[in-house]
Amino acid sequence: MQTKKIINDGNRSVDEMLEGILAAHPRHLKSAAGSQRSIIARDGPRPGKVGLVIGGGSGHEPTFLGFVGKGLADAAAIGNVFASPPPDPILECAKAVSGGAGVLFMYGNYAGDVMNFDMAAEMAAMDDIEVRTVLSTDDVASAPRDQRHKRRGVAGNFFIFKAAGAACDRMLSFDECERIAKKANDRTFTMGVALSPCSLPQTRRPNFEIGPDEMEIGMGIHGEPGIARGKLKTADEITDEMLDKILDEMAPARGDKVAVLVNSLGSTPLMELYIMNRRVKQRLDDIGVSVHATWVGNYCTSLEMAGASVTLMHLDGELQTMLDHPCDCAMFRAG
Amino acid sequence: MTAIDTAGLKTMFDAIAVAIEADKDRLCQLDGVIGDADHGIAMVLGFGAVRDALAALDLSAIEPTALLNTAAKSFLNAVGASSGPLYATAFMRAAVAVKGKVTLADADLVAMFQAMAQGIRDRGKAEIGEKTMVDAWQPAAEAAAAAHAAGKTLAESLEAALEAAKRGAEATKDMIAVKGRSSRLGERSLGHIDPGAASAVTVIGAMRKGLA
Repeated sequence: MQTKKIINDGNRSVDEMLEGILAAHPRHLKSAAGSQRSIIARDGPRPGKVGLVIGGGSGHEPTFLGFVGKGLADAAAIGNVFASPPPDPILECAKAVSGGAGVLFMYGNYAGDVMNFDMAAEMAAMDDIEVRTVLSTDDVASAPRDQRHKRRGVAGNFFIFKAAGAACDRMLSFDECERIAKKANDRTFTMGVALSPCSLPQTRRPNFEIGPDEMEIGMGIHGEPGIARGKLKTADEITDEMLDKILDEMAPARGDKVAVLVNSLGSTPLMELYIMNRRVKQRLDDIGVSVHATWVGNYCTSLEMAGASVTLMHLDGELQTMLDHPCDCAMFRAG
Repeated sequence: MTAIDTAGLKTMFDAIAVAIEADKDRLCQLDGVIGDADHGIAMVLGFGAVRDALAALDLSAIEPTALLNTAAKSFLNAVGASSGPLYATAFMRAAVAVKGKVTLADADLVAMFQAMAQGIRDRGKAEIGEKTMVDAWQPAAEAAAAAHAAGKTLAESLEAALEAAKRGAEATKDMIAVKGRSSRLGERSLGHIDPGAASAVTVIGAMRKGLA
């Protein structure tokens, strides 16, 4: 049986979504001339500023294009559902945002994205645009601690892009922007849990099977299997299981500060996210870690998947400044 | 002796497009088990774009190298994903391997096949045994070269390639993925055929049909 979706043609869904987004946010976004899959900030790119290009497959909205705007990313390259964009739209983004100070490519660590963005970086070099790449690898469940470089990038993208975008907007040097982006990634940790599958617009078939009373801890944002499947537990138990892993790696000291993101994978409602956030706050209070800022909602989704993720960013003075830096994007504002 | 010109190469790509379209659902299902269920979609998009791009060419006015570069560019821009750069690199290497030729003899086609496999291996930085399409492409290229060196016809060489690709794809069942998205599964990837290796068998089978 096919899943129910409000679509016209599964093969046109990404382009029709982009038309809708450009219609809704003309003050923030435009597409690059001749490249509809390259979404550029109307305000942001400027001479002397390091350009920030993010991107990846569709289906994670508001990631990526919702975070394009002044103070955050300058452009996003848009792929098909769950598939990396090809090099051309990435290259068009780089050209559109290059201010002569270098361009940062930031995206989640997936084999397809790495190949396409690397090809685009090679092409940009031929146009005398220097590109450096910082991959996000915040998904604690996706590889052991000693193989952090193999981990996926998931909802922590939001914090990592935010910090890097602020560094770029503050006109810091290419080296500094790159350093802050890497530090942001190193100090960001995410764990997810999935309750029910999503389905691609083209297939409208659930992309994995899970029992009516089951959950899967550590599942990826494309339905990649996680680390453990079991009976559905309570919100507090699930949140504890996620936080145990995150805090074990982060190892915050008493008095340290964190930023919190409780993110829906698509169809899990705010009510459940706030129930989880209640537990996050209790646990952090218990160990004397203070919450500098909290975001709750849909930040990095997986189409209509049910489930949620918890991300903590371990702040220091510099990262706190970057998170507090104002930004004005189509789907996110701060300061 | 075979003599494949641009029309012959177009026939080959058309055969691949038909075969992949027919295989789409199986590939998506295989990918759904250990990946994100979109492999069949990406392959259909890619080879559909190649078919359309080649249909727009004046075949009598170009050489095989230009046709293969057109195939590479159209596949890449339609797909992205992982299969985009991998197959685009395969076709670009194929284009280089036959540069300057107007028609391709058996030896040229075997060399082209080798170049494709090497391109996929280089772009993906994958080796045999890592549960990727390299596990089908690499043995297929070696089998084709060995058969050709032993004096077999192109049809026989490509048949040997197909059989080797099938064995290679089947063998991915017993491998633990170390590359690509399924690598995050670790041992849970055991027992499932790699979708990229499965589609490689389909592509190689269609090449055999389309060329000889």
